[in-house]
Amino acid sequence: MSGPLLSARNVTKRFGSRVACRGVSFDLWPGEVLGVVGESGSGKTTLLNCLAGRMTPDDGSVTYETASAGVVDVHRLSEARRRLLARTEWGFVNQDAREGLRMGVSAGANIGERLMAIGARHYGNIRQTASDWLERVEIEADRLDDRPATYSGGMRQRLQIARNLVSEPRLVFMDEPTGGLDVSVQARLLDLLRGLVDRFHLSAVLVTHDLGVARLLTHRLMVMQGGEVVEEGLTDQVLDDPQHAYTQMLVASILPV
Amino acid sequence: MLPMIRVSGLHKSFVMHAQGDLALPVLANVALSVHPGECLALVGPSGAGKSTLLRSLYGNYRPQSGSIQVRHREDWVELVAAEPRVVLDVRRHTMGFVSQFLRVIPRVGAVDVVAEPMVRLGASLEEARRKAEFLLGLLGIPERLWQLPPATFSGGEQQRVNIARSLIADYPILLLDEPTASLDQANRDGVIDLIRQRRDSGTAIVGIFHDTAVRDAIATRTHNVALPSASPGATA
Amino acid sequence: MPDTHNASAYNYAYLDEQTKRMIRRAILKAVAVPGYQVPFGGREMPLPYGWGTGGIQVTAAIIGQDDTLKVIDQGADDTTNAVSIRRFFARVADVDTTTRTEEATIIQTRHRVPETPLEEGQIIVFQVPIPEPLRMLEPRETETRTLHALSEYGVMQVSLYESIARHGRISKAYNYPVLVNGRYMMSPSPIPKFDNPKLDRNPALQLYGAGREKRIYAVPPYTPVKSLDFDDHPFEIEKWEQCCAFCGSKSSFLDEMIVDDDGQRLFVCSDTDYCQERQEEQRQAANQEAAK
Repeated sequence: MSGPLLSARNVTKRFGSRVACRGVSFDLWPGEVLGVVGESGSGKTTLLNCLAGRMTPDDGSVTYETASAGVVDVHRLSEARRRLLARTEWGFVNQDAREGLRMGVSAGANIGERLMAIGARHYGNIRQTASDWLERVEIEADRLDDRPATYSGGMRQRLQIARNLVSEPRLVFMDEPTGGLDVSVQARLLDLLRGLVDRFHLSAVLVTHDLGVARLLTHRLMVMQGGEVVEEGLTDQVLDDPQHAYTQMLVASILPV
Repeated sequence: MLPMIRVSGLHKSFVMHAQGDLALPVLANVALSVHPGECLALVGPSGAGKSTLLRSLYGNYRPQSGSIQVRHREDWVELVAAEPRVVLDVRRHTMGFVSQFLRVIPRVGAVDVVAEPMVRLGASLEEARRKAEFLLGLLGIPERLWQLPPATFSGGEQQRVNIARSLIADYPILLLDEPTASLDQANRDGVIDLIRQRRDSGTAIVGIFHDTAVRDAIATRTHNVALPSASPGATA
Repeated sequence: MPDTHNASAYNYAYLDEQTKRMIRRAILKAVAVPGYQVPFGGREMPLPYGWGTGGIQVTAAIIGQDDTLKVIDQGADDTTNAVSIRRFFARVADVDTTTRTEEATIIQTRHRVPETPLEEGQIIVFQVPIPEPLRMLEPRETETRTLHALSEYGVMQVSLYESIARHGRISKAYNYPVLVNGRYMMSPSPIPKFDNPKLDRNPALQLYGAGREKRIYAVPPYTPVKSLDFDDHPFEIEKWEQCCAFCGSKSSFLDEMIVDDDGQRLFVCSDTDYCQERQEEQRQAANQEAAK
């Protein structure tokens, strides 16, 4: 790897007169999980959407080093290429699994879709790959033909993860992947994510408001407040030795258990 | 012989913004160096900054100014204000840290907690698990606990899992923060033996040992954190 | 020119000349980009949506005095709708009509392709209810247009996968999706999948008209048309154990008819012209035999 996998320079996005995020810059290197923490309104989700090509920033740039075509400017790509990238080298895990799944078709079809989109035409092989992934995300094999509508929230989230990882992406964007789930379900999902990130050498940008999730999953952390990055560094350093007033307040606000 | 760690001009203070930006200076102009085969014990009164210094060496705390250089991949690496991936690489290959508390990861059994640093370096899971089991056995963790997540272990058991985890990867540098605090006599002696073995095989160690007996058994030098250092490499 | 004093006079083939030009322009675009749905300004026709307004507008735009028109509905020339549309054109376009496939220059059809192979110079006009093959999978028109533009047809493959997962095989029996000229996915209209192979490299020009949705698309002669499938679940057409009760054909599409209250069934060719021709041939052959 010659350079960073993903680079943001001065990413800025406005909605009318309101600045959602301003001047965000960073380099993400292969194998790193970058956490973006902040409270509601901090701009972290807007930032994620700008990085993943879902929104176009008003200022600044996002570049990505592709597997075989060099470095590209994410927002200068044609829509065709950006959509292809999103389906192959990237993953996006939504907070609400329903937004990242086809609720009306079976789990197998959901997982197999990326493969079929890039030309896989052998039903048996597609089904087997889907089944393997179902196992990896700890869903029973006999649920392969069930629709996500019949799944629990935690299962849907794990299915969404499988659907993204089947194309072996190099970079995964995650928006509060454990939000809204029961604590025990959360713990299981976090552990699964941790294992998958390790096992498949994923790089990721993870947005969360939960510092515990950040501690467990991320190597680096950016703290956002009011659209700006107020502190960044190694996760354990930011959480154990916070420098900025806002970070100190966040860390101090964690309820002890 | 080159030292493994070189610290100079290190300053660290804590600013409590919630208390009206109250500034607490802790480390002032710290300088020291540690060579392979040395065990440097940090001494000084409570609150003097021993733990702060140790954590700064690991990159867990952020100094305001100064230099911390470690010998990594046959070159010097500056850790103060280093990029996260640099520190992560140093932690993965060169520097191990035993803190007083084991950060518990849900659902991962003790064997895998211990095996993880070795797997991260590229070893196979089987190989790493075997070595992990060996270390856990050495440290007196009963086999029936090996597959269980350490969340329910006693403080002493967790401490020993922590120690095993730091020893599995043969780090050239080990940082130990009260490694025997929760251990009973028998286990303590076992740990002291292990650490001494490492020291004698060339590992550079920096540690905080409250128990003077332990300190006397392992340390080759001491550094008093409460006193400002006159020049690099000064010892108390 | 129409007689403006005669209130019941129609322009030739019912539509005014400018409308016909507009439709012909759409047809030309459709032929130039096989399988691509061209929007057109559909007019108010003297029958409701769902009764062939698209097909009629296409036929009206291309028909001329020298044409011979055949109209079939589910393969039959003699159903009410086929008869009505044939009579309509006989009146407003002053053309010869026929039930014989070989004699027609234009064949307007609802939901079947004639069994008799078509030839160069013939035009077959399909009546199409829903021109968008992805509609059931993606309800948003904005999104389906993008999918076609980017050739992103994974969602259709997903629906075929789902069919195999649920039924053990691709259960789609009609309106079976095809890829035209290796580029655009097309709905061949609700013809049975039995007829899909007939579309592949057919010597005739295929035109498709959807009146309610206001789209025209086309497959020029000799264009490859491939039905979607999986490598291990290849495309297959329907087969019957029975043969036609009237003409004995084993290779045509058969309709199943219940003939009495006991549930007695008859299987008969859906293509009435094809069946009658075969019966006529058999009668003549039998007469010749008897004359010996």
